[in-house]
Amino acid sequence: MKYLDEYRDADAVRRLAAAIGRAATRPWTIMEICGGQTHAILRFGLDELLPPEITLIHGPGCPVCVTPVELIDKALAIAARPGVIFCSFGDMLRVPGSRGADGRAADLMAVRAAGGDVRVVYSPLDAVALARANPSREVVFFAIGFETTAPANALAAALAAREGLVNFSLLVSHVLVPPAISAILGSPDCRVQGLLAAGHVCAVMGAAACRPIAERHRVPVVVTGFEPVDLLDGVLRCIRQLEAGRAEVENAYARAVADEGNPHARRRMEEVFEVCDRSWRGLGRIPRSGLRLRSAYAAFDAERRFGVEAPGAGEPAECLSGLVLQGLRRPTDCPAFATRCTPECPLGAPMVSAEGACAAYFRYRPSHSRQDRGTTLKRGAAR
Amino acid sequence: MTCPVPNQDYDRILLAHGGGGRLTQRLLDRLFRPAFDNELLATRHDGAALALGADRLAFTTDSYVVRPLFFPGGDIGRLAVCGTVNDLAMCGARPLWLSAGFILEEGLAVDDLRRVVESMRRAASDARVQLVTADTKVVERGKGDGIYINTAGLGRIIAREPIGPASVRPGDAVLLSGDIGRHGITIMTARDGLAFESPLESDCAPLHEPVLELIADGLPIHCLRDLTRGGLAAGLIEIAQTTGVDFEIDEEAIPIVDAVRGASELLGLDPLYIANEGRFLVILPERDADAALATLGRCDVARGACRIGRVTGAGRGETILRSRRGTRRVLDLFSGEQLPRIC
Repeated sequence: MKYLDEYRDADAVRRLAAAIGRAATRPWTIMEICGGQTHAILRFGLDELLPPEITLIHGPGCPVCVTPVELIDKALAIAARPGVIFCSFGDMLRVPGSRGADGRAADLMAVRAAGGDVRVVYSPLDAVALARANPSREVVFFAIGFETTAPANALAAALAAREGLVNFSLLVSHVLVPPAISAILGSPDCRVQGLLAAGHVCAVMGAAACRPIAERHRVPVVVTGFEPVDLLDGVLRCIRQLEAGRAEVENAYARAVADEGNPHARRRMEEVFEVCDRSWRGLGRIPRSGLRLRSAYAAFDAERRFGVEAPGAGEPAECLSGLVLQGLRRPTDCPAFATRCTPECPLGAPMVSAEGACAAYFRYRPSHSRQDRGTTLKRGAAR
Repeated sequence: MTCPVPNQDYDRILLAHGGGGRLTQRLLDRLFRPAFDNELLATRHDGAALALGADRLAFTTDSYVVRPLFFPGGDIGRLAVCGTVNDLAMCGARPLWLSAGFILEEGLAVDDLRRVVESMRRAASDARVQLVTADTKVVERGKGDGIYINTAGLGRIIAREPIGPASVRPGDAVLLSGDIGRHGITIMTARDGLAFESPLESDCAPLHEPVLELIADGLPIHCLRDLTRGGLAAGLIEIAQTTGVDFEIDEEAIPIVDAVRGASELLGLDPLYIANEGRFLVILPERDADAALATLGRCDVARGACRIGRVTGAGRGETILRSRRGTRRVLDLFSGEQLPRIC
């Protein structure tokens, strides 16, 4: 299949892995930012093909994982209301909110089982269509994600405004990648020496948007895609820069990413959203790291419309997801991994989402990862 | 896998309990199997093998709740006949008799019911089974989804040796009867809300013919499994976990048509876990694999049969997917339904 087979080609993968082996003369630690990349690395076993000098650590780029538990609680409260049709992307349905007095944590699937009208949609425009078709119901869309999903969500809000739909609203938890990466790179514990930037975020924001990170933190940033050949090409370019002492932005995903990105999509985002401070699950509050609806669109803000309050929710003390999301621990370092924390009974979001690092380890190497438990992450001693 | 902390032990039934993944397994293991515990149930096969005098009978049941009722390549009636016929065939049986229970929703168009019944008649005729007893109930509008159908089936086991997970041996070959994922993707694209078109049709088909041919050709089948809910992966994992044998599967040997691959990539789904309604696994000694492939190739519904892997050992109960890139990955059950991912 075109655009797929050539990027999964076994010979090309082996050639790239060999080239990485030749290029790396000492240990390097590289973070892939996006959860989709983490998922592909484990699904295709790419980390097993890398020489022992190279350590890949998994970044915070899973939108499901970083959505704060307070927002999940608000979603659960809104979805449980009579008359509401609550629309979400599929992978949010299993993310647990905070625990009640009985120690249980609900999720959207449980709300649906208890009678809430929770629907999986594939596009925010499907939620707008539902609002149009059900004028007597309140239709709420759970607008989460990075710069990748923000333009389409902005489009949905703009369309609803144009049509004068008074029964449509968005529960917004949008986050932005660069501030989170800067926070991670600025931490004194940070071991990341190079970055694989998320290709689809850059498709919107442009490769150029990575330049401030490369310059401020003196790290190479390679804009990277999601297939095996893309990922290994990204690693190779990153290592060549590290070995040569360079810290530049390089575009290894030119088939999708232009230097200037997609200005049209960004204009849409900027019309509807403005930058705000946001809490990230596991990372805490990061200034200017999120998006909220502009005041002109305040009528479409589900938090305002439903006036839901979520009490300050705590994470289970045992869950290491904050450290995992910062790349400071591997999922398998967590004592709860695969024992007290599994996809059916997750302690934290990275075990829930298909793109979460913990779920990826659990799913793609059940027996290995359970044997690996207890190892800590040291530079160059990944395996 | 058990969870010692009951925090996500749901106190209500979720859709995911019917997804064929770990939640389904847990429901069976914790609720149904302890309640009805007996030797026949414990074999965990697609149907029960009953001894009745000199005869050996296969007995099975299944319920059908598909939406939409009509989809490219089939409808709920054809599914209800083929699904039960296939469960009987997987026991090495010649399907003979079916029962049908209809739960109809108030307001259902009689024309739709007529189409479904006509489709069942044709499917039963194709599979050479008779529908010999039936029941009809009507529920209030809003309490059903048009039509639900339950069918049960009886067949005569004609295979000489027992067919089932317990007969699988290290060294056996694993054959797959054709390309995977058509049914699941067809249903997804036929549902509301997924606005893309595909040329796909469901693979829904009766599978008794290739099974009877394999038996007639004297091939020593160890295990058969039709790959419905949970797809190829769940079929393999369930056999591995029931018996403790390990599978090694060659990723590139698994046939998947481009339309299924493309839709799966777009939706973030893994085709190995997508449902089929006319595909099955044959596990038998390696020395008989070529002959079995030749037999399968003569049957229309198994024309695409191929060898996808082997049984490597007994002990861990793991299903390992090997790629040409030289990497390996362990297949594990999903928690519940596959959820389309966000981006």
